[in-house]
Amino acid sequence: MLYFSKLRIIFITLISLLFIIFALSNLFNFDNKILNKKINLGLDLQGGSYLLLEIDNDPVIEQKLQNLTVTIRNFFKEKNVRITNFKLSNQTLSFTSDENSKQTILDEFVSEESELNPYYQRFKSHQLDIVEENNFFKVSFSKQGIINLKTSSQDQALEIVRRRIDEIGTNEPNILKRGNDRILVELPGLDDPMRIKSLLGKTANLTFRFVTNDTEGSFGAEKLEFEDGTEEAIVSKRIILSGENLLDAQPRMDTENNETVVTFSLDRVGAKRFGKATSTGIGKRLAIVLDGKVISAPVIRDTIATGSGQISGGFTFQSATDLALLLRSGALPAPLNIIEERTVGPDLGQDSINAGMIALLIGFILVILYIFVKYKIFGIITNIALILNLFILIGILTIFEATLTLPGIAGIILTVGMAVDANVLIFERIKEELKSEKNNLIAFDSGYTKSRTAILDANITTLLAAIILFFMGSGPIKGFSLTLGIGIFTTLFTVYFIARLLTVLYVSKNKEKEGLI
Amino acid sequence: MIAFNKYYNRFNILSVSLVIVSLLLLTFKGLNFGIDFKGGTLIELRSTDSKINVSSLRDNLSQMNLGDVSVKNFGNETDFLIKFENNENKNVIEEIKKNLDKSFGNSFNFRRVENVGPKVSAELLRSGVIAISVALFLMLVYIWIRFEWQFSLGAIVALFHDVIVTLGLFSLLGLEINLSIIAAVLTIVGYSMNDTVVIFDRVRENLRKYSDIKIFELTNISINETLSRTLITSITTLLALLSIFFFGGEVLKGFSLAMIFGVIFGTYSSIYIANTVLVRLNVSQKTVLREDKN
Repeated sequence: MLYFSKLRIIFITLISLLFIIFALSNLFNFDNKILNKKINLGLDLQGGSYLLLEIDNDPVIEQKLQNLTVTIRNFFKEKNVRITNFKLSNQTLSFTSDENSKQTILDEFVSEESELNPYYQRFKSHQLDIVEENNFFKVSFSKQGIINLKTSSQDQALEIVRRRIDEIGTNEPNILKRGNDRILVELPGLDDPMRIKSLLGKTANLTFRFVTNDTEGSFGAEKLEFEDGTEEAIVSKRIILSGENLLDAQPRMDTENNETVVTFSLDRVGAKRFGKATSTGIGKRLAIVLDGKVISAPVIRDTIATGSGQISGGFTFQSATDLALLLRSGALPAPLNIIEERTVGPDLGQDSINAGMIALLIGFILVILYIFVKYKIFGIITNIALILNLFILIGILTIFEATLTLPGIAGIILTVGMAVDANVLIFERIKEELKSEKNNLIAFDSGYTKSRTAILDANITTLLAAIILFFMGSGPIKGFSLTLGIGIFTTLFTVYFIARLLTVLYVSKNKEKEGLI
Repeated sequence: MIAFNKYYNRFNILSVSLVIVSLLLLTFKGLNFGIDFKGGTLIELRSTDSKINVSSLRDNLSQMNLGDVSVKNFGNETDFLIKFENNENKNVIEEIKKNLDKSFGNSFNFRRVENVGPKVSAELLRSGVIAISVALFLMLVYIWIRFEWQFSLGAIVALFHDVIVTLGLFSLLGLEINLSIIAAVLTIVGYSMNDTVVIFDRVRENLRKYSDIKIFELTNISINETLSRTLITSITTLLALLSIFFFGGEVLKGFSLAMIFGVIFGTYSSIYIANTVLVRLNVSQKTVLREDKN
């Protein structure tokens, strides 16, 4: 245990130097790709927002089944099969038919070539499940059908969320999928999370529809409230234009009425439809509906054939800017709910950094003093190893550009406290060996050898706890397990290479000296 | 040499009572779950106006129909922590901000906002319980591979003792259980195990060495031989933890406190619980030698 080859000494020195350089690179700005690496600060240290969004897929499922009603009816009409009593409730579509048609319907739904009910070869499952009892059919999404639907709406939602956040222009947002119906958004250094939250919380489903004179509840019309809550209108369900037809939207000051408006331009299909609707509908009111609420319902005075127009609705400049942004980035496939939010202001982040650093410094000094008092010369050796341990730990975090959180700093401080354990185990063992063994070299050698299993055991148990935390924990806690876990390896390295090397150098010069430790 | 074994019985009675009291507390008083596990909203405010105090803030917020609102100082006089159960209102933070700005004139800085929905909090609680269970299980497996079953039992009993008593103390003092406490408990599990294993390592070594010393005496020898290490490591770990507790800021207070309790219990239990299990199971040289043969 006491022999070090020259090559090994050089190797240990080089490794230590390398990590120290990386650790120090956090303090300086090197104009170099490799040395430019820095530890990332977690949201709790630099300030920012963590948002977990959940996609509410229920409306999508309802909508899909609603559309299916029409498809099924038309499909079987061609085959001369009569289907009646369509009903949609509880995400299940039910209908009845007669005895003669029963088999035709069932065959269609379970066939692998079915046009109505796609078959996923990979998952050996249909999109829809069908149950029949006394000619009464119940159709609902299969397990796999739901999964596919969720995955696709998650993909779409992720894209829209990304566009909206990019439009606002925050720095380095992190947008990730979680499970199959969640999206995680991390926004570092964000000052006003409320705006982002309100932007992400809107589906932004825009439609242009005529206001009708039909009564409420009649087929094809619905009663909608105005955005400002002052008025209600019966609006046709037939959609003239939707957000999909928009090419661009911008906020603008309308100098004529001294009012902020949102101007928009339409694609070719949209422009054509808009032109037709405005020419046939002169004198009618056209409702502009966003997420089930009427923004405004101006009376059409002229045909608009240019494919552009403007929306007014008592906007402030901010709300017009936001609406334009939402329209440009498109509608979400389904509503998003914010189910978890954690926001830290930048000044609290800075306070946490300061507190963490002070705690680290004080803890470090206390431990170093205590160890020095306890072990004198070997205390100095342990302390050198401890300081290098800290540098190497920070160096590793830098190389991997790991994220440092406040609990992560706690993990580093705890590592400082527990890192001396291995050296203490070794030195205490050596002390015992020296009671029966007068030869320093032999006593030191067997001290190292005999303490090895205890050290290994002690570190493996801590490592197990750190690994579990890393995989089960979230956000800041992950940071704690990361520093604690890496700290175990750096501790073993510094104890067995650096502290042992220094010990060997010292002991071999003082072979005969009594009461060495 | 200190005669630790003289007090085996007395401390065992103490520990059993502590565990029973803790379990009773956990059953009847329960734990004070924070919003991470209960769901709800937490806001940390800093005011620039020193005249604002907890009661004026509480009076103001209680008019907002937020349900049961808790307001208290956080660290110092001008920092406040507001907590309330989740109501379904999506814009509640914005409304609170407007309301406070109106009543106190823009004197608040929103330093931290946390909002955890009921679904997420249930998931966090479940994954926390799973994490601790998996940790305990893995420790069990590890110690079972490394040692004879009597030792494994001793280590596990000590481990459960530490976790239960630490949680019991949290229940008694009404301290908040949040995500960082789970991290603390897991680290305690690692630390307690670590401490026990070092002593056990020595017990086993001594069992091989001496055939004529009874386990009652032998555990005492082993405890004494490893005592200085036990103390030094506990002290350095406590020094680090105390420095986090006093200087690391309010956020880390609960975490470091749980760890401080845990380290103290962990050190105590590896001496007075893990070893007494060996004594009560009458472990002898045969136990170790039989294993060696296998």
